[in-house]
Amino acid sequence: MDERRLPPVTEIGMASLGLIVAGGIYLAAHLPQHVPLAPAVVLLAASAALLAGNLLALSRVGGFAWDRFFAVARWALLAYTITAGLIEFAFLRDHMSGGPLVVLTLSLVVYAVHVPTLIGFTVARYAVPGEG
Amino acid sequence: MADAAVALGAPPAEAAERPSFEVVPRKGLIGVAVVLAAVIAAIAANKLWPLAFLHFVGGASWTIIDLFMGFMLGPILGKLSIPARIELTTKLMPKMLLLMPTVVTATLAAGWQLGVHLGTVQSSYYHHGWTVASFIVVGIMAIIALGLLEPANVAVLMELKKPKPNPAVIERLMKRFIYTSGLTGLMQVATLVIMAKLTVG
Repeated sequence: MDERRLPPVTEIGMASLGLIVAGGIYLAAHLPQHVPLAPAVVLLAASAALLAGNLLALSRVGGFAWDRFFAVARWALLAYTITAGLIEFAFLRDHMSGGPLVVLTLSLVVYAVHVPTLIGFTVARYAVPGEG
Repeated sequence: MADAAVALGAPPAEAAERPSFEVVPRKGLIGVAVVLAAVIAAIAANKLWPLAFLHFVGGASWTIIDLFMGFMLGPILGKLSIPARIELTTKLMPKMLLLMPTVVTATLAAGWQLGVHLGTVQSSYYHHGWTVASFIVVGIMAIIALGLLEPANVAVLMELKKPKPNPAVIERLMKRFIYTSGLTGLMQVATLVIMAKLTVG
C-alpha cells in the first residue's frame, strides 16, 4: 500500500469561496446605495489568486489521476456554469450594472471554476491513474 | 500543510461488491430542468406568488433534508452492515446529487428576487441587520456544501462505480457527507430563526 501527500486543495478552495461569498455579502448589504468597490475587489483578487495557486499546486502533483479528474470536472463545470448563469440572470434582471456587476460576474466565474475543481480533485485523489 | 495521506495502490482488504447504478440519474435531469425553468420564469416575471412559492418550497426542502440526513439517516447509516450501507448509498446518493444543488439554487435565486421584490434586501429595510445575518448564514452553508458536501457526494458515487470499491474510502466520504449535512442542518435552525423574524417583522 503506497501513500502520497497532496496539496490542501479543498482547504484553499473553501477559503477562496469564502472570500467571494464575503465580497458578495458586502456588496449585497449596501444595495441600492453606492458601494465602495475596493474591499470587494480585494476579496475577489485574493480569491482568484487562491484559485490560481490551487490549480498550479494541483498541476505539480505527480501520478495524479487526471483522466478521472477531467472526466468529472468537465460535467461539474457544465452544471455550475448553468447555476452561475442563473444567478447572473437575476443580477441583470434587477438592472445591476457597472462595477458591482463586474465584480459579481467575476466572482461567479471563480465559483464556476473552483467548485468543479474541488469535485474533480476529491474524486481523483482516491483514483489510480488510468483506472478509467 | 498537506492533506491527509491517501492510501492507494493495493486492493482493499475488505472490498465490497460492485453495485449497478447511474451516478447521475438521467430521468432526474428532466425534473431539474423543469425546476430551473420555473425559477427563470419566476425571476423574469418578478411576481410575488411564484417567487414566494419557489423560495418557501425550496427552503423548507433544504432545511428538512439537511436535518433528516444529519440527525436521522446519518446515525442509522453508521450502524448498518457494509453491504446494506452500500445498497442504501447507491440508491440515495445519486438522487441527492441532483436534488440538493437544484433545491439550493432554487431557494437562493428565488429568495434573492423575492427580497428585491419586497424590498427586504435593501439597506433601508428596517430589519436590514437580520437580512445581512441571513446572507452570512447562507454563505457559510454554501461554502460547506460546495467545498465539502457536494464533492463527497460525487466521490462516493465514483468510488462505488469501481470494480472493487474500497469500503474505507466510502466510509470516510460518507462520514464527511453526513457530518457536513448535520452541520448545515444546525445552521438551518439559525436560518429558521432569522426567516421567522423577517416574516413577522
